[in-house]
Amino acid sequence: MTSTRTTDVEFDSVAHSAALETVPAGRLEAVDVSAWFGSHLVLKNVSLSMPAAEVTALIGPSGCGKSTFLRILNRMHETIPGAQLAGEVFLDDQEIYDPTQRVTSIRKRIGMVFQKPNPFPAMSIAENVTAGLTLSNTKVNKAEREEIIETCLQRAGLWNEVKDRLGKAGSALSGGQQQRLCIARALAIQPEILLMDEPCSALDPASTNKVEETIAELAGEVTIVIVTHNMQQARRVSERTAFFLSEQGGPGEIVESGLTVDVFGSPSDPRTEDYVEGRFG
Amino acid sequence: MTIAERPNHDLAVPLDESDGAALDLEPTRDEIRGKRRRVRATTLDDRLELAGSALSALCVIGLIYGHLLPLNGALGFLVLWYLAFVGIYAVVVSVSNPRPIVIDRLVTATLLIASVIVVAALASAVIYTFVKGWQALTNVRFLTHDMSAISPTAPLSQGGILHAIVGTLIEIAIAIAISLPLGLATAVYLSEVGGRFANIVRTVIEAMTALPEILAGLFIYVVMVVGLGFPKSGFSVSVAMSVTMIPIIARTSEVALRIVPSGLREASNALGGTEWRTTMRVVLPTASAGLATALILSIARGIGETAIPLLVSGASSFMNTNPFSNPMNSLPLFIYDAYVTHEPIAIERAFGAASVLLIMVLGLFVVLRLLTRDRKGTR
Amino acid sequence: MTTVSVAPSDEDLAPRLLSPGLERSDRIYHGVALGVGLGVLVLMGAIGVFLGIQSIPTLKHYGFGFFTTAQWQPELDHIGIASVLIGTIEVATVAIVVAFPLALLFALFITEVAPRRVKSWLVSSVDLMAAVPSIIYGLWGFFFMMPHAILLSRWLSQYMGWFPLFKVNTDPNAATWQQSSYTSSAFIAGLAVAMMAIPLACAVMRGVFDQAPIAEREAALALSGTRFGVIRTVVLPFGRGGIVGGTMLALGRALGETAAVLIIISPAYGIKFRILEAGQQTISALIAGNFGNATSSQLSALLTAGFVLFLITLGVNTAAAVVIRRSRSGAGTEL
Repeated sequence: MTSTRTTDVEFDSVAHSAALETVPAGRLEAVDVSAWFGSHLVLKNVSLSMPAAEVTALIGPSGCGKSTFLRILNRMHETIPGAQLAGEVFLDDQEIYDPTQRVTSIRKRIGMVFQKPNPFPAMSIAENVTAGLTLSNTKVNKAEREEIIETCLQRAGLWNEVKDRLGKAGSALSGGQQQRLCIARALAIQPEILLMDEPCSALDPASTNKVEETIAELAGEVTIVIVTHNMQQARRVSERTAFFLSEQGGPGEIVESGLTVDVFGSPSDPRTEDYVEGRFG
Repeated sequence: MTIAERPNHDLAVPLDESDGAALDLEPTRDEIRGKRRRVRATTLDDRLELAGSALSALCVIGLIYGHLLPLNGALGFLVLWYLAFVGIYAVVVSVSNPRPIVIDRLVTATLLIASVIVVAALASAVIYTFVKGWQALTNVRFLTHDMSAISPTAPLSQGGILHAIVGTLIEIAIAIAISLPLGLATAVYLSEVGGRFANIVRTVIEAMTALPEILAGLFIYVVMVVGLGFPKSGFSVSVAMSVTMIPIIARTSEVALRIVPSGLREASNALGGTEWRTTMRVVLPTASAGLATALILSIARGIGETAIPLLVSGASSFMNTNPFSNPMNSLPLFIYDAYVTHEPIAIERAFGAASVLLIMVLGLFVVLRLLTRDRKGTR
Repeated sequence: MTTVSVAPSDEDLAPRLLSPGLERSDRIYHGVALGVGLGVLVLMGAIGVFLGIQSIPTLKHYGFGFFTTAQWQPELDHIGIASVLIGTIEVATVAIVVAFPLALLFALFITEVAPRRVKSWLVSSVDLMAAVPSIIYGLWGFFFMMPHAILLSRWLSQYMGWFPLFKVNTDPNAATWQQSSYTSSAFIAGLAVAMMAIPLACAVMRGVFDQAPIAEREAALALSGTRFGVIRTVVLPFGRGGIVGGTMLALGRALGETAAVLIIISPAYGIKFRILEAGQQTISALIAGNFGNATSSQLSALLTAGFVLFLITLGVNTAAAVVIRRSRSGAGTEL
């Protein structure tokens, strides 16, 4: 299930090293995470282990805080005015909210793909892929740059479709292609973890298929945490699943989590069973 | 230019300003197991680096300025201080931060300094005007008398600017009476009625907002005063003011009307309202804050114009409440006329008048802020 | 039992004619609105036409030399706008060169850096800066700013005097240097006019930066971008139209400014490119200063000069509107 990595190329970089050697997948651990928007509590005491190199799916009805939880994992939650949080999140053994941690370093190690594809319209496809390198001021020479572009687009399953028009604008693609471009862009900075916030909900079935193929290929190399509304998708792509629920507009909590086969096949909590059987949600 | 508040896209704004400890967070503390996090975009280190660099740059330049360098004057000092600060700060930050952070910090510092410069310039203009005008303003007579039979070099205790104040008020009142209906009707035409000519009208209106006030004044001077024989009077000034005010009112009001959701118009029509009633009873009231903004902006523009009264009225020294005959003085004209004499006393009077003018403009702005904030509260 | 609907054949399908027709009150309303709109159009157009027509008697009287003569001597009836045209452009250029970076940096500060509580105050201060009457900036410029600015002028002429624009007709290195050579110059007037250009450009730029799509901002942040990274990758590319358009609008304003120029500049005619040196004249100050004593043909000449100014500002502002409207950010921008 693993794709072949291209040959190792060394970078000659300044402050931030980003050698194109294999970056080991990271492990995420959330401990008693709670979140507020203003004074309104939206997540309560959420704890979850997301093991390295595995795909963890977050499922549950809309509005129960799955996306909020995801955004806490790469410190995007704090970009919203009035957002508060409690608890801890560990990346390998580093607590990411520790005051000594620089938020830009965390986001370099934990990447994100958003629900609606957001390529940079002012950049070409090639520039979009390397946008993360530019933003983190990682220096690469021309050969390395082309190597990265090809590798990442291959991993995202987009290379064959765009290899002849790398100079065209990033927004001139279909929705599914744009999303795969965003995946390639996220991969270019070699994150240890990739967070995906309902990456297929804005896509048609064919594109969804391709994205799921990509996830399947990445599994084992990168830790993936994916929020999805689509239970079949969760069953298809993930090894572990966490079920979120919020009661009557209260805060979201994890009802049950574990191996995907167990959560779907033999759930312990009746609410989980109701949800996976499609009785609500 | 719009005053209406924009949606808040503060993605780069740090979290630290919303102090969680002060908020009433639900639920009660004991139910939450995790430890509350205070997330700051800048650490204590960062702020010390900034302050320390600024301070050391100040010391360095303070020591060598004027002694080692053959320069004098505040401006040179500030420029060198900035350069020294940038250099020191860059070095300090790069010790413990990677390059993107260093660049980011330097850019942020530059943005801050540029903003300080702009705000300081504005503040200095306002404060300087009030400081220089203070002497004149402390005379009670200054606001209650005019300058009839008083020479420009007479001491400040004699004479006043009442005629100029009254002139400004009368002129702007007439100008509003002319330009508000016309401007508003044009905006209604562009936004609600539309039609074949709407685009042309809109283009011309836009072009006219660019008309320099001197040309509006010149046009009215040649057509009304020279051509039609109208006297140089307050009314001529009002007409010329309207020429500059109508496009502003029309443009800003049109935008305010366009923002009104079309659903409201549809609802009104569905209830059987004619277009006229829909416009009068639904659209205009809904857009009232924006319309008030348009009016206030154009008033601020109108009362501050100098070239117009210079051309089509005269700097009289006596009180005249008749806008149709005899020159009518107004604040900007009085200021300019006093300045031209180059007499120190006259210039103090000029600053006094300038202070009054500034107070009027500031007053308009307070009203504007209250209006737009009020609306936001009730929405 | 269910019903199956039978569709008519296509020939049977024909739309009904609807004639909405307006009520009488609405017909009047439409008519009045249209009338006012057209009336305003005619009035505004008449100004442009009127100014333009004046060029006929002017050219008849002064010939094409009107555009190349650099003197303005009404007593000898020897007048031309070459000098004031250059002067107008000089003052406006200085104003924009100073205003553009300050407006851009200030706008970025407001939208990207300023904390929420401070932001609305800063926005108000920009609007206030635009509303302050130009005569006040003129007074402030002359009495407060000029004594400091001439030091800058002197420094420029001392150390960058090799640059022809910065030469001054006096010895900057003399122990007691001649202040009057530096006062009342195009440069100082330009600095005062900048105070009016900055808020105009800043308001447009700020409005545009505020609309940069959040989705793109988030993408940049998630890729480990810093605040400046977001500015560079998202805000500035998005706001290009507003930056250019806003600056051009400010340029239009600077070209037509009268009161501040009248107060600061000491009128001097002649083709002069030395912006630091005392003495210059702009079209608007020319008109304001000379309309009273003008003979009828000189009045036509002033009107022609005004027409030239009108064409220039009209061209600049129209171009600005086009740039803004065509850009990505143009859709929601109100000027």
